[in-house]
Amino acid sequence: MTYTPGRQAIANRGWFVANKWLLARRATQLAIIGLFLASPLAGVWILKGNLASSEVLGTLPLTDPFVLLQSLFAGHVAETTAVTGALIVVAFYVLVGGRAFCAWVCPVNILADTAHWARQKMGVRGGARFSRSVRYWLLGLVLGLALMTGTLAWELANPVNLVFRGIVFGLGFAWMAALAVFLLELFVGPRAWCGHLCPHGAFYSLLGAISIARVSAAGRERCDDCMDCHAVCPEPQVITPALKGAGTGHGPVILGPNCTNCGRCIDVCPQDVFRFRTRFHNRDNAAAPAGANTAEKNAREAA
Amino acid sequence: MNDKAKPGREGFDRRRFMANAAKTACGVGLAGLALGLFARQARSLPAAALRPPGAGPEEDFLGACVRCGLCVRDCPYDTLMLSALGEEVAVGTPYFLAREIPCEMCEDIPCVVACPTGALDPALTEINDARMGLAVLVDQETCLNFLGLRCDVCYRVCPLIDQAITLERQENLRTGKHAMFIPTVHSEHCTGCGKCEKACVLDEAAIKVLPLKLAKGDRGGHYRLGWVEKEKEGGELVPGLIDLPDRLPGGVLP
Repeated sequence: MTYTPGRQAIANRGWFVANKWLLARRATQLAIIGLFLASPLAGVWILKGNLASSEVLGTLPLTDPFVLLQSLFAGHVAETTAVTGALIVVAFYVLVGGRAFCAWVCPVNILADTAHWARQKMGVRGGARFSRSVRYWLLGLVLGLALMTGTLAWELANPVNLVFRGIVFGLGFAWMAALAVFLLELFVGPRAWCGHLCPHGAFYSLLGAISIARVSAAGRERCDDCMDCHAVCPEPQVITPALKGAGTGHGPVILGPNCTNCGRCIDVCPQDVFRFRTRFHNRDNAAAPAGANTAEKNAREAA
Repeated sequence: MNDKAKPGREGFDRRRFMANAAKTACGVGLAGLALGLFARQARSLPAAALRPPGAGPEEDFLGACVRCGLCVRDCPYDTLMLSALGEEVAVGTPYFLAREIPCEMCEDIPCVVACPTGALDPALTEINDARMGLAVLVDQETCLNFLGLRCDVCYRVCPLIDQAITLERQENLRTGKHAMFIPTVHSEHCTGCGKCEKACVLDEAAIKVLPLKLAKGDRGGHYRLGWVEKEKEGGELVPGLIDLPDRLPGGVLP
């Protein structure tokens, strides 16, 4: 039988509870698309525009700071509406987690997660290995190209905005961009796009370096090394320091800027180790010396 | 043993790091080259596609527009479209085709108001000042008025009738006794709304709105028109510089 992470969590807590953050994310992603598509009620659009820039209820502006930054590099200083919108979005993601955009909003995430699921079902192994830092190279390239060409060059190819705009305004050949990402994630490498290459996510990870809401391995002393969290995490490198850092003085809060706050680790952990917390909860049980931890473990084993 | 193994390992790590960095740089560089060339190509706007009112020159517009589609959403006549992937217009940018749905020239210019970035210039508050393109009577061979008929449709539908399009009377040399009324576009008034192109009765419009860059010549700043300069000066610029005798068929006048 294939290895299915989360099976134990479902057995412990029931299917619904063991998938609640995944369900919440899918609901959010689809609701955002739905609201952009819904015809105006009483003459007012709830959400109008697309992810690049939008208007909430005809008043509040929202602008993707990544797109606006490209525009700035291309030599255009935007009007206050767009700048205000970008500041609101930056403030929001500093609050809820930089790459929460990836896990909770981005339409490509649904494709990538599906591709990853299919990859595991089909037992696809290996493929190209990219460094997870390639995305920062690409981020630099995107801004460099905007500077050199004077246009938003990346927006000609950015699957995030191509797919979302395609859904909201008319698909055209945007399905090809969607398919490209899907095949990349399915055959070329695990989490190849979202976890290694995407400069859009790389930009939001910069906000993730300071963002408030975080996942915490609050119950890390209960961890029994089943590795389910690593199996489902799109950025597993962020888990280890928090989960296994008790001995080296690391706090339990996952502070890696590339954590997407997807909450999938919270879902699948049979030991209920993970919680949503803030970055300020990092001292909660960090101070516990290694000795105390071992003593506790010994006591449990003895019991 | 440990001491011996260490430097070897470090050397290996350094080599691997360099190789990885070189691979990454090559890959990213290639991707950049492809995208850069693609971006260059995508900068050319097809001649039939017109930008909304207030859009600057194409190269500026492509750096200022964030492709959000808010102008498209606020266009009450569904004139504006957002280019989908695969169309000739840069993907995600707004445009319209005069022959399909021309600009109705709303007085409150909702598309400009909707634009969050200023890619559509908020300084444009009077729609008659918009310059989306310029109507050009491109085909004198098929235009009915040029055949001496009184079609006049482009002239009649022009929102700035008698300013942007006038009918100029000419002699009809074919019949020798009739007049031709030639639709004539004046660039100082034409907004490029496209109503004339939409209304042209021919199967293929004889009058077309073209992007300003295609439609207009440019004399260059150095070129002076003598008679204009003279008028500005209020007299001869260099009095009595050249005064050649007038030669007439009957000989030199006294």
